Amino acid sequence: MTGKVRVAQLSCGPEHSGVQKEINDAAAAVDAEMFFPDITLADIRKNYDEFGLEARSPDLKLAIARAKALVEGHVDADAVFIATCFRCAEAAIVRNELRRYIHENSDLPVVSYSFTERTTSGTLLTRMEALTTIARRRALLAREVQEGLTLGVDSGSSTTKAVIMRDNEIIGTGWRPTIKVNESADEVVALALEEAGVAIDEIEAIGTTGYGRFLVGEHLNAVLIQEELTVNSKGAVYLADRQHGPATVIDIGGMDNKAITVQDGIPGTFTMGGICAGASGRFLEMTAKRLGVDITELGPMAMKGDSKHVPMNSYCIVFGTQSLVNALAAGSTPEDVAAAACRSVAEQVFEQQLQEVDIKEPVIMVGGTSLIEGLVHEMGELLQTDILVPPQSQYIGSVGCALLASGFRGGRSDESV
Amino acid sequence: MVKVFIYPTTSLILSDMVERWGHKPLGAALQIRERIQTPGFDSPPLQMTPEDPKRGLRYAAVEVPSGVRGRMALLGPLIEEAEAAIVINDADFSFGCMGCARTNELVKLLIRHRNIPILELTYPRSEEEGVAFVGAIKRFLKGLGEVSA
Repeated sequence: MTGKVRVAQLSCGPEHSGVQKEINDAAAAVDAEMFFPDITLADIRKNYDEFGLEARSPDLKLAIARAKALVEGHVDADAVFIATCFRCAEAAIVRNELRRYIHENSDLPVVSYSFTERTTSGTLLTRMEALTTIARRRALLAREVQEGLTLGVDSGSSTTKAVIMRDNEIIGTGWRPTIKVNESADEVVALALEEAGVAIDEIEAIGTTGYGRFLVGEHLNAVLIQEELTVNSKGAVYLADRQHGPATVIDIGGMDNKAITVQDGIPGTFTMGGICAGASGRFLEMTAKRLGVDITELGPMAMKGDSKHVPMNSYCIVFGTQSLVNALAAGSTPEDVAAAACRSVAEQVFEQQLQEVDIKEPVIMVGGTSLIEGLVHEMGELLQTDILVPPQSQYIGSVGCALLASGFRGGRSDESV
Repeated sequence: MVKVFIYPTTSLILSDMVERWGHKPLGAALQIRERIQTPGFDSPPLQMTPEDPKRGLRYAAVEVPSGVRGRMALLGPLIEEAEAAIVINDADFSFGCMGCARTNELVKLLIRHRNIPILELTYPRSEEEGVAFVGAIKRFLKGLGEVSA
């Protein structure tokens, strides 16, 4: 696809919240344009009645009618963005049902979001970028095999990772905490090059992802600079060898979490949460620090404990930590406390994010936190399923980048195929 | 001349009737066209900013959705200014339509608590009801004229 991606907006409240401009700006930043499906009053009455969900707000009725017009093909769009006010229960029900309805009845990529007046175009950018990538770059995302010699760099909020792949095999990796974005990237690239035994000028294509993707991408002259939602999905199904059929990818990161449903390696719906640190890898880092162990020891420690023995009164990173400290003071074992911390993060992700995507098995956990087996265990308990953690799951973003970048070797592109 | 708050605030017909009987309509008269191409039914004519929902905190607490507070930033001052009100319940989309049901509940509550003359009617569904509907509005508005004179 060339030209602007046309994103149909189904919404209630963005103008009166003062955020419509932010939505438009986020779309413009990824060469997309928002539009509001043109619909008649008669169609609104008809479509709303036929859909069967009772809503009292006329703008939600309008959103329902527009969704139906999109699914039935009366309106052309490349993608759908559903947005309603945060804290509106009626809107939350409509938002979820419309997302599910569009996902199940059309090929349109869809993302839903609940905003406040504080929502900025920056907050929406990654979601909008992923939405337009799915619409625009299906040919690129269809790639299943890595070819040639490529480098992928994931510049995350907590850690920077690099992977070098040659002919569908990982031959070098690097991992460092993110301090100065470009310097950390240089360090991990040097580590990966050393392990792989190759020089940087031998690399045929470079891809970058993560929070620092633009800066690092420019620094390394990357051919692919891509948000982490699509890249991680691709990396997850590639490493888990689940490139065909459905899957759900969960990535609990240092600063935000992602839950993505995938079909044949291409993301369908996704949520990205970043409001609460208590639901992030940071909380587990703080717990490990309080227990006096390295983060790598927290998972095995949690597996020996029982989360039910420690009452957690809050999901908050501050008050949740207080609950853990109180439990230790009351005689709880470090193992039980470690398990309770893992349970707390898993529960919060389950309650706040996984309710917004339709879980399809296999569930694949990726990212650094997927190495904390206590967290994986608690998530599996909550979802009542065995969670798949692929090998090298901490390098998921870098692998996804190296895989996709191989489509750009020698100046050609998968997209031109 | 009495300042009459109208609900739905977007109703062009209601606004016109109030003006025709010599009063000042307080609302956001907006033509609801047969085709809806805007984000919502009552899309504001001017760009609102994130400051508007903050101004709406005067009428609704911070836990109330931002869309409600943004609307209240526009409608709250009109409710405070009103000397009378006409409220039409269950109106057809084409008569005038406000996008958010929660805002509508709050607007009606605040206007009912103003202790000013209020005419509350249900939107007519037949010609006979329509005649009675217009007659009731006319009598109410004429009565306001007598009170203010």
